[in-house]
Amino acid sequence: MRRITTLLIAVLALGLVGCGGSSSSDSNDGAPASYVPPGEKDDYYLFYSGGHSGQVFVGGLPSLREIQEIPVFTPSPGHGYGYDEKTKEMMGEYNWGDVHHPGLSKTDGVYDGRWLFVNDNANNRVARISLRDFKTKQILGPIPNSMGNHGSSFVTPNTEYLLVATRFSVPLPKGSHAPVETYEENFNGIVSGVDVDEESGEMSVGWQVKTPPFNWDLGSTGKGPSDGWAFWTSYNTEMAYDSLEINASQRDRDFAAFVNWERAEEVVENNDINTRNGVPLIDPANHEGVMYFVPVSKSPHGIDTDPSGRWIAASGKLQPTTTVFDFEQVKTAIENEDFQGEFRGVPVLNYDSIVEGEVPVGQGPLHTQFDGEGNAYTSLFIESAVAKWELPPWDDATKEDMSQAVTDKINVHYNIGHLVIPGSDSQEPYGDWLVAMNKLKKDRGLSVGPEMPETSQLIDISGEEMEMIAEDYTRPEPHFAQAVPADVIDPIEVYKQDENDHPDATWEQDNTGVTRSGDEVEVHMISQRSQYFPDKIEVQEGDEVTIHLTNVEQVSDMIHGFGISEHNLNGVVSPGETKTFQFTADKAGVYPFYCTNFCSALHQEMQGYLEVIPQ
Amino acid sequence: MLKIIDRIPELLDRRVPGRGRLLLVVAAVLLIGAIFLPLWQIHLVAPQYQEGLDLYIHSYKLEAGNEGQDLKEINNLNHYIGMAPIEEEDFAEMTFIPFLLGGFALLALRAAFFGTVKSVVDTLVLFIYFGMFSMWRFYYQLYTYAHNLDPRAPMDIDPFTPILIGWKQIANFTQYSFPREGSALLLGAVVCLGGAIWMGIRQDTSSSEVEPDPETVAA
Repeated sequence: MRRITTLLIAVLALGLVGCGGSSSSDSNDGAPASYVPPGEKDDYYLFYSGGHSGQVFVGGLPSLREIQEIPVFTPSPGHGYGYDEKTKEMMGEYNWGDVHHPGLSKTDGVYDGRWLFVNDNANNRVARISLRDFKTKQILGPIPNSMGNHGSSFVTPNTEYLLVATRFSVPLPKGSHAPVETYEENFNGIVSGVDVDEESGEMSVGWQVKTPPFNWDLGSTGKGPSDGWAFWTSYNTEMAYDSLEINASQRDRDFAAFVNWERAEEVVENNDINTRNGVPLIDPANHEGVMYFVPVSKSPHGIDTDPSGRWIAASGKLQPTTTVFDFEQVKTAIENEDFQGEFRGVPVLNYDSIVEGEVPVGQGPLHTQFDGEGNAYTSLFIESAVAKWELPPWDDATKEDMSQAVTDKINVHYNIGHLVIPGSDSQEPYGDWLVAMNKLKKDRGLSVGPEMPETSQLIDISGEEMEMIAEDYTRPEPHFAQAVPADVIDPIEVYKQDENDHPDATWEQDNTGVTRSGDEVEVHMISQRSQYFPDKIEVQEGDEVTIHLTNVEQVSDMIHGFGISEHNLNGVVSPGETKTFQFTADKAGVYPFYCTNFCSALHQEMQGYLEVIPQ
Repeated sequence: MLKIIDRIPELLDRRVPGRGRLLLVVAAVLLIGAIFLPLWQIHLVAPQYQEGLDLYIHSYKLEAGNEGQDLKEINNLNHYIGMAPIEEEDFAEMTFIPFLLGGFALLALRAAFFGTVKSVVDTLVLFIYFGMFSMWRFYYQLYTYAHNLDPRAPMDIDPFTPILIGWKQIANFTQYSFPREGSALLLGAVVCLGGAIWMGIRQDTSSSEVEPDPETVAA
């Protein structure tokens, strides 16, 4: 037994030597390269979309530890999100969302650490999270004329726009009816340019482009030579409206859309474009240069622009190849009007003129990421693997036999969807690590019954060959993720008193208290270790109660909660923050309120009473 | 021994040479400089305050680390043991100590102008008295804060005296207390004053046209 142990350790040690170059492998004897000792920090932030949880999960790389959850579209009592007036108003009438593709803000094509944008596939919204305090600041939507906001949020190189496209098509304007049997004639898809204010980050819908009722899928933005452009794949160019599994899988090639968003912006500026529901709506048939179609192998999913901006890799999930387009040739083809036809007035670019090659990556290719060293990594859903392949330019032997472009392959467990390399969608990737986000957990890790989490697997890509390093489980359900070096983000931990602009913030005990006007009761309250001032609120049954609670603490991590028993209300207030809560005191009785977020040695004593006097 | 005492009046009348008078000007500059620099620092460390909480005592103000936040934090923590909040207003001496230091700078300049040993001795003696008084006041303040604990406070803790210089464990905190640049300047001023006196009494008497050295006479 002992000999086996020794042997195992020797093998492990050899394995570590082999992985070379990874940041933490040298100093930790026998520990995996992903090991981050207690008290040490990760090298990268990892932002997972939370899928239909409606949230964003923040992890660290290389440890894969989950650090925090950022509530976006779904209430989260642990963060007091969705219980105060501001977050309730922001969430609007929905209490869930479906977050698929987080996008970090960029300046000059690289992450600037200011904001994270996410989409809501279900309710056609986008949200902006500030990376200054890791909190959701704005939810925009439902976006007019838009149904199934899947193909977003793709950020342009200077965060001019979030570009979003519809997965579903409906009769427009929304709310009008046409039978689904008239899908081809009466249904439309939409590409939207969501304008982002340079200073405040405030989002608004800038313009939209009307498209045929294809199901727009994944996208990416251009950079370098392709700056000003965005690319989406689609499925269902068959325009089927039922049994899509069969009926939308008939054509050997579907269309990708190459959209010139700079041109769209220009068209809106220079022409009197009709607005629909307040948004200028461009018909690409009437305005040359806004949109082109490109044939892509069967039912494609991912379309990713490489860091140079020249190569665009699109993967047909029902064909075992990834197609690489050369954007330089795309520009030439457009210049020469080298089209193979048109669809509803939109030119279809001549496939043979713009394709650089079809790489036989493997079964079920979905998404591609880049390490900035000339390598691409494509997730293979059906094969449960990641293929590593070389970007062009290829030598003649490779062009002759494209299988030579594929240099490595590693199994993942199981059925990988997205994958992420830090900075892959920027102009400067950090090519040390790759995280595979797998859809099926099956027998991996302890069983928790039929509702299974997803798996994330950490792959070291710093060497010639990919190496599996670690595995973790995430709650349902990350789709795409973004990862950024830790030093790009500089979060605050306390809201400074002089920066608090809530009109009802109170800082001194002397200024707290309860005031009444008719049946409206307003409470100005502060929380401070380990007491609320006031700690008694007396109201009449039926009163409308508004509580402005300021947490006057100015030190890191001194968070105070505010839960009222039997009132379905739990606030969590960060140091220096003010939140407003409203409810109707419609139940007579005495109800304790207390600090729900453990604060100090006398946390249990931090409580008070709400007295509701019967009518 | 008695001989030295006998000689004191004569020594006090001696003149401070040019370089010594320059030292007195330096002393004046150091005294002025000390007004603007922290004199003392109290640094508190606990497991959950690894970065420490800092108080800086200046001649005219009480400053706290983290843009003043550390003082609020110290007071917040102290309320658990019933200690009165530490406030700048409690340090009445901060209203006059800067002026006293200015006065000592003037005295040093006066001594440089007169150039006699006795004027330097006057300055030094008064300054040492001032220094000792200030240290006692500081100690007394610390003692008073930590000996007047509200009996209704949530946590019972025996009255204690925070340490003046060195370190001490107080509940979960380690308190460090030590002089800062301002105090170093004040010490420098003392050294300058002492140096000037030393140079004065070592001055060759012949050049100052006073009586010959009694010892020489005795011989």
